[in-house]
Amino acid sequence: MVLPALQAPSFDLGEPARLRFAAFVRSLRSNGFTIGLAESQDALRIFCAIEPTNKTVLVAALRALFASHRSDWEKFDAIFNAFWFAHGTKGTTRFEDRRQAPAQSRPPAGPEDGPPRSGAGERPERPDSAGDPASAEGGRDRQGGAAAQEALSKKDFRHILNQEELRRAYALADRLAAKMRTRLTRRDRAAKHGRRLDFRRVIHRSIARGGTPVDLVFRRRKTKPLRLVMLLDTSGSMSAYTPAFVRFMHGMLGSFKYASTFLFHTRLVDVTGAMTEKDPQRAIDRFSLMTEGVGGGTKIGESLATFNARYAARTIRSRTAVMIISDGYETGEPDMLAKEMSALRRRCRRIVWLNPMAGWQDYAPEAQGMKAALPFVDLFAPAHNLESLEALEPYLARV
Amino acid sequence: MSSMSLVRNEISERLAAVGYVADRDLATALWLMDLLKRPLLLEGEAGVGKTEVAKALAALHGAPLIRLQCYEGLDQNAALYEWNYQRQILAIKAHEGEKADLTEAQIFSEPYLLERPILAAIRAETRAILLVDEVDRADEEFEAFLLEVLSDFQVTIPELGTIAARSIPRVVLTSNGTREISDALRRRCLYHYVDFHDQDREVAIIRARHPGIEVALALQVARLLQAIRKEDLRKVPGVAETLDFAAALIGIGQNDLQQDPSAVHDLLMTLLKTHEDQARLTHEVVERLIAKVA
Repeated sequence: MVLPALQAPSFDLGEPARLRFAAFVRSLRSNGFTIGLAESQDALRIFCAIEPTNKTVLVAALRALFASHRSDWEKFDAIFNAFWFAHGTKGTTRFEDRRQAPAQSRPPAGPEDGPPRSGAGERPERPDSAGDPASAEGGRDRQGGAAAQEALSKKDFRHILNQEELRRAYALADRLAAKMRTRLTRRDRAAKHGRRLDFRRVIHRSIARGGTPVDLVFRRRKTKPLRLVMLLDTSGSMSAYTPAFVRFMHGMLGSFKYASTFLFHTRLVDVTGAMTEKDPQRAIDRFSLMTEGVGGGTKIGESLATFNARYAARTIRSRTAVMIISDGYETGEPDMLAKEMSALRRRCRRIVWLNPMAGWQDYAPEAQGMKAALPFVDLFAPAHNLESLEALEPYLARV
Repeated sequence: MSSMSLVRNEISERLAAVGYVADRDLATALWLMDLLKRPLLLEGEAGVGKTEVAKALAALHGAPLIRLQCYEGLDQNAALYEWNYQRQILAIKAHEGEKADLTEAQIFSEPYLLERPILAAIRAETRAILLVDEVDRADEEFEAFLLEVLSDFQVTIPELGTIAARSIPRVVLTSNGTREISDALRRRCLYHYVDFHDQDREVAIIRARHPGIEVALALQVARLLQAIRKEDLRKVPGVAETLDFAAALIGIGQNDLQQDPSAVHDLLMTLLKTHEDQARLTHEVVERLIAKVA
């Protein structure tokens, strides 16, 4: 195929059109598109290369350039049409004429979109908040004395009522999450036993020995950090525990490199985006709507089905632990719950089920849902206070 | 400008000539690859024919197709280059007694280098098609390395120095979405979402690959597949399965699905690849589907 030589764009849109085009790019960004300077410049080259009146080709080309996710791909046409043809002028793209058109009102970024990213920089890594907020608050905790802290860690989440206690409980959850991660990292570094020879280095070293591989060098198997998926039951029966666990999830999300969080009651909601909000109080506010006013029982089986169908492929890899926090009161079919649990079991490395009720005296897992799920659970543990969460740490380090 | 549009249209025609039925959007994306010199990222369910796009592109340009299959733990050695250890050991033996640094310089030189896909692609005399298949299976470190190669098209081999590209390959990446790939890599690429083909295009594909098939049968097969994909299946049959199924029908000499539904049911093994799915599509279900589409 012979393509005409391509030079830097010599095609000038003119000032008003350029501004309008910049507004279009901003509109895309606020809809979650990642578009940098290089992409904008390439868009100009596309304008040079095709007739601007050829709308279908223009849309297809800009879509291929600007979209980088399936969701982008699917919403691009609607955004394009809304922006350029909001006035019902169809069939032509008249740049100069549309200067006066009111800027398309931008819908606020959805909870999963995050702030619009711009410029040439990469998307920043998830803020590693393990150190700062946790240690800062931890320092204040230490002033409170060990005994007081111990008493607090034994207190059932339901009975933590005053704000000060709650705040300290949160701080403990943060520190606990940070601790789990340090443990994991240390374990990775210690794994030094090689399984395969590093031929490149062996050859290097054998030159001095006349080609006889005397000094062997091994390749270390690189261990992967543990991934964590947390599913929190926020139904009515769990409401006394929800704030504490939301805080716990937030802490875990900050300290694990790869963690995803979901809430479920009658349906499943991905809250990882809302949770990565750095300020925990704002994070809680951001999805308080998702947790409030929920009636109609708990459909654990259905929620897990949604998870397995839509999110499992993306969030679960070989070294992934799934943590389900629920009291196991299932109002759907226990059979369905069992089926979905078995599907989930096949995918992930470990399933941990935390049940706040399990910390109560004389508790036996008799709820139908709990019974159906238990055969697929690797660890069933109480989680009614901080002490019980702390007891999990060595287990998670081994996953 | 109109000549460029023509070139773009030509892509569809030439793809059709090499047996690939492309939609307009894909043709535009392939054209943009050359215009903007960007890699193309193809996403979509398994079996929608992502890898086929790269093969068709290679046929279209008459270029060699170099494939890098990604997997968890893929490292630079497997993707870029490796030393020929056996030859090196023999050479060390042969040069025994000589100065060690001379020997070293010799065994870490060009003749002892084994090209792996990425190095092969950038050292090819003519522009190759580099297919980075299932990039989502590789890990983050490899992705970062790939991003570097895709922007500079040069690689550094510590013992040899920097190797610049002899030709810039056309790069196609595919992903099944088993893992989120980084935004930086996504942004570097053009993006095309490959969906299951609509009925008309599936008919066209069947007829392109099995020129002998009756038009009516091709239509029935395409309709049946559209219906089967709507069933709740664990593994949705893709284009390759459709073509196998059509080939099997031709093989048993059936020209009408309604002629012998139970024979059609027997051939479902070409479409359904898990026990659960096969159990789900019982004789009754298949008969109902055939009655609907035939």
